[in-house]
Amino acid sequence: MSTSNNVKKYPGFNFWTVCFFAFLYLPILVVILYSFNSSKLVSVWGGFSLKWYVNALNNNNLLDAVQVSLTVAIIATVISTTVALLAAMVLVRGKGVRFRKTSETIVSLPLLLPEVVVAVAILIFFSNLGIGNGMLKLIIAHSTFCIPFAFLPIRARLQGMNMHVEEASEDLYANKWTTFKRITFPLILPGVSSGAMLAFVISMDDFITSSMLNSGGSTTLPVYIFSLIRQGVTPELNAISTLIIGVSLFLAGGAFLLQRQR
Amino acid sequence: MKKLSFNLWGLLPVHLIMLFGLIIPIGIVISVSFATKGAYGGFDYVFTLKAYQQILYNEGWTGGLEFNPQYLHIIGRTLLLSVITTMICLLISFPVAYYIAQQKASRKALLIYLVTLPFWVSMIVRVYSWLIILGNEGVIEKILRFTGLTDNIDSLLYNNGAMLLGMVYSYVPLMILPIFASIEKLDGNLIEASHDLYGSRLTTLKRVIIPLAKPGMVAGSILVFVPCLGSVLEPVLLGGGKNMMMGNLITSQFGGARNWPFGSAIALVLMSLVVIALVIHGLRATDKDARQEAL
Repeated sequence: MSTSNNVKKYPGFNFWTVCFFAFLYLPILVVILYSFNSSKLVSVWGGFSLKWYVNALNNNNLLDAVQVSLTVAIIATVISTTVALLAAMVLVRGKGVRFRKTSETIVSLPLLLPEVVVAVAILIFFSNLGIGNGMLKLIIAHSTFCIPFAFLPIRARLQGMNMHVEEASEDLYANKWTTFKRITFPLILPGVSSGAMLAFVISMDDFITSSMLNSGGSTTLPVYIFSLIRQGVTPELNAISTLIIGVSLFLAGGAFLLQRQR
Repeated sequence: MKKLSFNLWGLLPVHLIMLFGLIIPIGIVISVSFATKGAYGGFDYVFTLKAYQQILYNEGWTGGLEFNPQYLHIIGRTLLLSVITTMICLLISFPVAYYIAQQKASRKALLIYLVTLPFWVSMIVRVYSWLIILGNEGVIEKILRFTGLTDNIDSLLYNNGAMLLGMVYSYVPLMILPIFASIEKLDGNLIEASHDLYGSRLTTLKRVIIPLAKPGMVAGSILVFVPCLGSVLEPVLLGGGKNMMMGNLITSQFGGARNWPFGSAIALVLMSLVVIALVIHGLRATDKDARQEAL
């Protein structure tokens, strides 16, 4: 059947889609391309060079920021995924849970409120309490807003799971913990890992909350990049951005493969 | 008995974290917005409505109040830019979502993956990329100069248009996913039936496809509109200092300007706008459920 006869096809929609994907990806490609520019001026092409990558990898401030971001993201991922897994087990599997709807709303609160408001709120709260430790503040804040991102994939996986295997396990005299460890957890593992991955990426990517809570020694990667952008566009900044794009795409590829396994 | 206790302790951690990481802090913001500004930043718990009054009025030298619309302008700009961003995203997304939904399963999965892929890339890097493109001596300026179209270019950055572009770019995938989901569920026979009844492509689009895709369009609009209202990065990096949105106004009150009660008051205005948007959305949803039950 030719396109013009297929009534479900609209002329121009495929061209529009091509333009859309160009719009989505060209800016990212521009950053990558410019990072290999040997000229110090961003606007002049001076030939291919990797020197900005060498500069970036020797930049101690950058490495410190990466370390802060990774530490916060890993701890926040572990906390939020564990808490989300517990909550999902109760909210999906538990019988006779009181205030189930309220609890579900509370879990997804960080998605409903604007991040800048929550960031300001946490800033005031911590300064009221007199918590001075920058890392601790970041970890608490990140764990909080990562919970719904970890929760949603886990819940989806639990809801899609066949309950009979769990019942069979209990019929065979396995206790609740053994059933969870040997049956439920392995089956929902893809959901748990995509939840954890999402939480990790959200934490690594966070700018608003981290910049509000920023203090010496707790500058995260996005906050550091922001300070660089403020000083102007430089080739080194492009190299750093390209490294980040590379790592993100690597993680995204991993997540894609994980999903395929289902 | 044991089951009951797991129901309790399993939910306890999430409730504790949300209580201390979110609910109590929001409560404090509400109380700070009614507090008095401290002399050296911070605040004292003395009740006053000054922070809210400051949104509308300047206090003159004599203590009299003058109407000052500068903050209303910021609130208005935030609302307007968010509405326009949402509409542009709708226009861009509908054909894309429709096209993707018509593809074979494997191609469909790949295209949807490509739509979501930018979310993995750091937000700040994506916004930054537009600085290279729009900035002085940036990509667009060079293309224009190279092709000889024009030599005289006013800066493309630091205006409402650049902010709009940045927000559309950041949030448009959020619009595509729900529209795609509702078009994919749509029964293709309905489109054919419409054509059998001599409906043109345009009529079919208007009378069949768009009405059936509406739930997705509404959901996508909420997903785009709400984060737009709270944007911070796009206005700071692409809008410049003059074109503030509420997000910057709030953060600036906790940085250099240091008026915490005023910042809290603006934060509450922003939160109310978001809550209003969500409630309207919720009401529409329950309205629809009620209608469906009635049928």
